[in-house]
Order: sequence, then C-alpha cells, then structure tokens
Amino acid sequence: MYPEFGLIALIFAGFIALLQSSIPLVGIRYKRPELIASAGPLSALVFVAILISYYYLTMSFLQDDFSVVYVANNSNSLLPWYYKFSAVWGAHEGSMLLWVLVLVGWTLAVSIFSRHLQKDFRAVALASQGMLALGFILFLVFTSNPFERLLPFSAPEGSDLNPLLQDVGLIFHPPMLYMGYVGFSVAFSFALAALVCGKLDPIWAKWLRPWTNIAWAFLTAGIALGSWWAYYELGWGGWWFWDPVENASLMPWIVGTALVHSLAVAEKRNLFQSWTVLLAIVAFSLSLLGTFLVRSGVLTSVHSFASDPERGLYILIFLFIVIGGSLFLYGLRMGDLKPTTGFEPLSAESMLLVNNLLLTLFASVVLLGTLYPLLIESLGMQSVSVGPPYFNLFLVIIGAPLMLFMGLGQRMRWRRDDMSRVLKSIPLPLIVSLVLAIVFAAMLGSFKAGLVGALFLAIWVVSHLIEDLRAKYLSGGLSKTLKSLTWWGMCTAHIGIAVLAVGIGLSAALTESVDVRMEAGTKVELAGYEFEFDGVYQEPGPNYTAQVAEVFVWKDGFPEAQLYPEKRRYLAGGDVLTEAGIDAGIGRDLFVSMGESLEGGAWAVRIQVKPFIRWTWFGAIFMALGGVIGILDRRYRMPAITDSEGSQSTNDQSQAST
Amino acid sequence: MTPEASKKFLVFAPLTAFVLLSAFFYSALQLREIRGGDELTSALIDRPFPSFELAGLDNDVHDQSELSMGQVTLVNVWGSWCPSCRYEHPFLTELVEAGVPLVGLNYKDTPTAALDWLDSFGDIYQYHIQDQDGRLGLDLGVYGAPETFIVDGDGVIRYKRVGVVDQRVWDDLMKPVYLQYGGQIDD
Repeated sequence: MYPEFGLIALIFAGFIALLQSSIPLVGIRYKRPELIASAGPLSALVFVAILISYYYLTMSFLQDDFSVVYVANNSNSLLPWYYKFSAVWGAHEGSMLLWVLVLVGWTLAVSIFSRHLQKDFRAVALASQGMLALGFILFLVFTSNPFERLLPFSAPEGSDLNPLLQDVGLIFHPPMLYMGYVGFSVAFSFALAALVCGKLDPIWAKWLRPWTNIAWAFLTAGIALGSWWAYYELGWGGWWFWDPVENASLMPWIVGTALVHSLAVAEKRNLFQSWTVLLAIVAFSLSLLGTFLVRSGVLTSVHSFASDPERGLYILIFLFIVIGGSLFLYGLRMGDLKPTTGFEPLSAESMLLVNNLLLTLFASVVLLGTLYPLLIESLGMQSVSVGPPYFNLFLVIIGAPLMLFMGLGQRMRWRRDDMSRVLKSIPLPLIVSLVLAIVFAAMLGSFKAGLVGALFLAIWVVSHLIEDLRAKYLSGGLSKTLKSLTWWGMCTAHIGIAVLAVGIGLSAALTESVDVRMEAGTKVELAGYEFEFDGVYQEPGPNYTAQVAEVFVWKDGFPEAQLYPEKRRYLAGGDVLTEAGIDAGIGRDLFVSMGESLEGGAWAVRIQVKPFIRWTWFGAIFMALGGVIGILDRRYRMPAITDSEGSQSTNDQSQAST
Repeated sequence: MTPEASKKFLVFAPLTAFVLLSAFFYSALQLREIRGGDELTSALIDRPFPSFELAGLDNDVHDQSELSMGQVTLVNVWGSWCPSCRYEHPFLTELVEAGVPLVGLNYKDTPTAALDWLDSFGDIYQYHIQDQDGRLGLDLGVYGAPETFIVDGDGVIRYKRVGVVDQRVWDDLMKPVYLQYGGQIDD
C-alpha cells in the first residue's frame, strides 16, 4: 500500500477546499446561481478525498508499514489490530487528520440537511467550513505530515503506541471529543453566515439548535470518556485533574452549554441574538484555542503531544485569522443591530441570562487559571502552578448558584412571570430538599458541608421539576408539556447535572483510601469491606507481560467481589503500567491498584472505597442523552428557512410559548 | 459617550480582548523559541545549583554541597499530586537500575502524601529535598512538575528538562549531556 496516495489525496482535498471557500462567495458577489450551488458538491468532494487519505494512513498502520515515520513511532507489529486502528489518532499528526475528517464530515452533513435554506446563507456557511478545512489541511501538509517516510532506511520494528493509550476508553475518547469540538464549527459558520447575510432571526436559531445540541452531547460524552479513562488507567483513582488539556476541553463545553441555552431564548423570544452569535464564535474559538495550547508546547501536560513551536506559530496565525476575522465582522455588524423587545426581570429569559453569565464567568475563571502560569512567566516573574484548589473553589462558588437558579429557571415562564406564583412555589421544594439532604446525609453517616450541599442542590433541582409537573397537572397543561421532547431533553440533562453533583460531592466527602503492604493471605479492612490478598501470578498479554494480583473482597462474611489489579510491562518500550482492579457499583466502587513489589513476595497496594464515584459519569451520560432527546423534537423536522426573501420576521410567536 | 457610541465600542470589546490574548500567546511562543525548541531551558544552565538548606523526607537536613561530590546527578522535581510524575516513574526506575544517581526534589507536597506515593510506586531516589512552599523551586525557575536537572560533579547545572523524561528524551537529549560530564551507566 502506498502512503503517498494518502498524501496526494490530502493535497487534492486542500485544493478543493480552496475552491469550496472561494467559488460560492464569488457566485454571491456576481449573482451566479450555479457558482453559489457548487458549495454542496465541493464539500462532498473534500470529504471523499480526506476519507481516502485517512484510509491510506489506517492501512499503513494495519499493515505495519514502518517505513512511515508516524507508524514507526506509534505502532508495533505485536499491537492488537484494534489498537493499530486507533493508533492512527494516537499522536499529533494522525489525530489532526482525524480532526479534519470529522470537520469535513460535519460539513457534508450540513450541506445535505441545509438544502432548504436560503441559498446565499447556506453558501456562506459552507464556504466558511471550507476555509476551516483548508487551514487545517495546510497545517497538516506543511508542519505535520503523517505520511512522511523513513526511506531508504525503514525501521525494522515500530516503537509501539504509548501504553497509556492502549485502552478501549482511548479508542473512543478522541473521536467523540473531536465530534464535539468540530461540531461547534457548524454554529460558528452559521453565525458568520448570519452576520454576512444579516439574518439573525428566530428561524436561524431554530435551525442551529439541533446542530449545537448534538455537538454539545458529543463533547459531553467525549470529556466523560476521558475522565473515566484517567480514573482507571492512571491508577491513582482521581477522575479530574484540572490539567491544562482537560481545561482545554472543558472551556468550549462550558461556553457550548451557555450557547445551547441562549439559542433557546433566541429561538423562542427573538432575544439575545448578538450574545448568541458571540457565544457561537467563542465556543468554537475555544476549541481552536485548546488545539493551540495542546499542540504548540506553550503549556506542558501529561496529555501533550510532541510539541513544536513552529506548529504553534502556524496555529496562532490561523487562530488570529479565523477568530480575529470573525470577531471583527461581529463588531462591524453588531454595532448596527437594533435591540428587539425586552423582557421582565422575573422571566425565563432573565433566568437564562443568569445561566449565561455564570457559565461565562466560569469559563473565564478556567481560562485564567490555565493561562496564569504563562502570564506570570511572560511578565518576567518566576513561574507558578495553579492547582486543583483554585478550580475546585470556583466550581463550588459558581456551581452552587448555578444549580439554585437552575431549579427555579426550569419552571419560569417566558416574557414575564408572576412574583407571587414564584414565591409560592419555593417553600415546598426548599423544605423537601433540606429534609431529604439531611436524611440522606444521616443515612450515609456524614455531615460534611460538601456532601450535604451537593445533596441539597441535586434534590432542589429535581424537586422543582416535580413541583412544575404538579402545578401543570393542576392547571391542566400537563399533557402538552409531556409531548414536548424539548422539555424531556431539558429534564434529562438537568437531572444529569444533579446526578453529577451527587457524584462529585459524595465521592469527595466519603472516599476512603489506604496504602498497605500485602502478601498472600494478608487481610485489610476498609469502610466495612475486607480485602484479602491472594498472591500474584504471571500472565502474558499480546504485547506485554502482566503480574496479576488476586484480591478477594468480603462484606459481613459474604463474598462481595474478586479484583485483579495488574502491573504490566510492555515489551517494546519497557514501560510499566498499572491497571487498577475495580469492582464498579452504583453505590460505590472498590478500587485496588498495585504499587511496587517489595521483598518476600509482598506488594505495596493501594485500596480505595469510593462511594458514588460512578454518578459523575452517569451524570454526563444523562446530559449527553438530554442533548440528543432535545433534537428529536418534531418541530426540528419541519423545514426551517425557505428560500424566499423576507422570511425575516414571519416567526410564529404562538409556538414560542411551548 | 452616548449609548449608541458606547454600544459601537462595546461590540469591538471581544476583538480587543482576543488581540491582546494573541499578542500574549505570541510572546509566550517566542519565549519557548528563545529557550530552544520545546525545551524550557533555564537561565541557570552552566550556573551552580542555587544554595539551599532544607529538610529531607528522611528528616535529615540537606544542602547544595551534597550535589558537588564529584558525581553527575539527576535532580527530579516531583510531587504526589502530579500525574505526569507517576507516568515517568517507571522510566526513572530503569535509569536508577542502570546506575544513574537520582535525587528527588519533592515540590509543593506534604510529607505524608509524598511518603504514601513512594510506598506505592517505589522510592528509587537517593534522598529527597522537601520544598513544601516552593522556595527552592522559585530559585530553580521550576515551571511545573515534573522537571529534571542534570547537575555535574561540581554542582553546576548542565541541563534542564521540563516535562516527562522517557526513553526518547533520554536517548536524544539527556544521555549525551550526562555522558559528556562524566556520568556513568552500567549496561
């Protein structure tokens, strides 16, 4: 198989992307419909070319072509085939190619589903997607060519994929994450199209909502997978480290969350347009910024790709053009925008405004914390590191009011709500949440502030949903609400937040951990469980040998679980990795990881009982699910913008109150 | 300013913020380049290891004189809070097994957490200097753990690695320096 074909396909895709980003715009300028319509076929062509390129890189991995530098550095003939497949995105060059594949895939999807949109509008958006693709293809070809060969001296054997990445979670983590990051490019491009064509109406927002929701759902799932992987693979039992790379994925997520909410206001009430456009630009800009931070070597982290300042400079220039250009356009166009109808201080709009402000504040805090070490350093002072205490503090300071307002906001009416109605509906959920939080805390046997607070906030959010249903049942509006999949999506995602809060609060407060020396027969008791170490045996893996410990867990004299934590030594690089033994449960995880082997056949072992840790990922699953449910709502299946001029304000205000 | 004019100004605020941010990124990138590729090489290269007098995890007091006893030594900045340190630990173990002297600088950590960590993963260090408040880290220009310094037999810093040390980093960047100043490796 010839990797050169892959490179040729990539370069070809670059040329077509250049056409895709220019011809439609020329068509608009000179009013040539056939040029405007070329955006669709061109984006399909780019997609096919990138797919071919990606296919050749994958084949180079599957066929162990170690004459390709990237394959030689990231694969090995002993690697199981599925890891060879996922090794394609195991390092910088290939993961960038995957990024481009996902980008042109989204573009193709947009071009298919946007046929009924106004032609100019659609053409501008597709041209913008083409420019993004072009930028990344140039980046690949000039600074990160994955097809580079080691000829004539081909490597006899590859130096193996980083063992940390040889894992199921890591097969799916990057593609999911990129689906999210790159999915926000749709919102970005349509924000630009709206600015160029001056079409900032509810129909625009309605069309964009499903795309934003699905991208957001992917990003949620991608981040959750990454955190789950860190939990069992780094062997330390932590699931979020506030590492710069984790923050780089969290910032677009936070702003994307704000965008999902502000789009709701833009659709239903024709408000917040300016703000929504800005969020759409910023959400994708932060995705790009994350790429810059991770791949330029400006910040160092365990996740960092082999970094290179030249790449950094390229991405920075690209960022400057894309983000700077779009924000400039924003400034030009938004200065003339006339404010539309206002809203009352007590309304769904005001609650969503609070949501947006708090989320934006949180994103800024994370950005500041991530960049602070750089800032201090460039001011000539000695560098510092900003640790988890800073981020955790703000997570609580901002997260708690966010959830308080979320409880209230879920049931607030559009336009204007009645103060006495709102006040009347507070006491019951408040009392229920307080009482239940205290009862549950007593059952768990701990009254730590974080634990009680998390329980209170979670129940507060859910009890308001129930109270809302009760009120609607009494007023006869229940069946209408239950038919709305938008409402179900919102509920599911908000319950996800509540579940996540329980996971964070309870696992932080109740985790018990002990490090012990264990040999065959040693028994240790922790949090009511008895852990019995039954010795260690050797087990060969495909490209490693493992020392597997057998640990029996007993509770009240009954067998509870058998755990098999491993220590793996990978043959190619000689790296040693810990594979934790985990017994997962809804109420608790039992987590055993092996340290060093000590004299006399004994091992240093870390045993942890982590109550409710799983709820953090359940919460994320609920959130992602909520995002997906929301887009299944029937009204998104109707044609949104027809190709008639002056569809500007034919918006249906009657529907806006559903 | 009229509300109209202030709005015109306000809509350009995001652009202004972004331009400032880019300028800042550019300078950060330049800083990297001046310091030589992705290596955050320190201004302390070829200068003596800063003086200190700090307790070790063994409760003895250590100072810089121990680093100038004629032996090339690696000084590894680590903390139990740092996932990357955990990642490079197996490779450092291999180096120690090959006879490379390794001293730990336990950075912004608590002794209990540090000792727990060492119990789990193995204490491969000759001794540890405790730098709880990061004072020595400041003198060393520590950017974040892990970092690894090569200190020659006269206590002079010859190399600084920011980030994880693995086989490739060692072979390509550090081993040549280590050997150049007379470091020993058994095979």
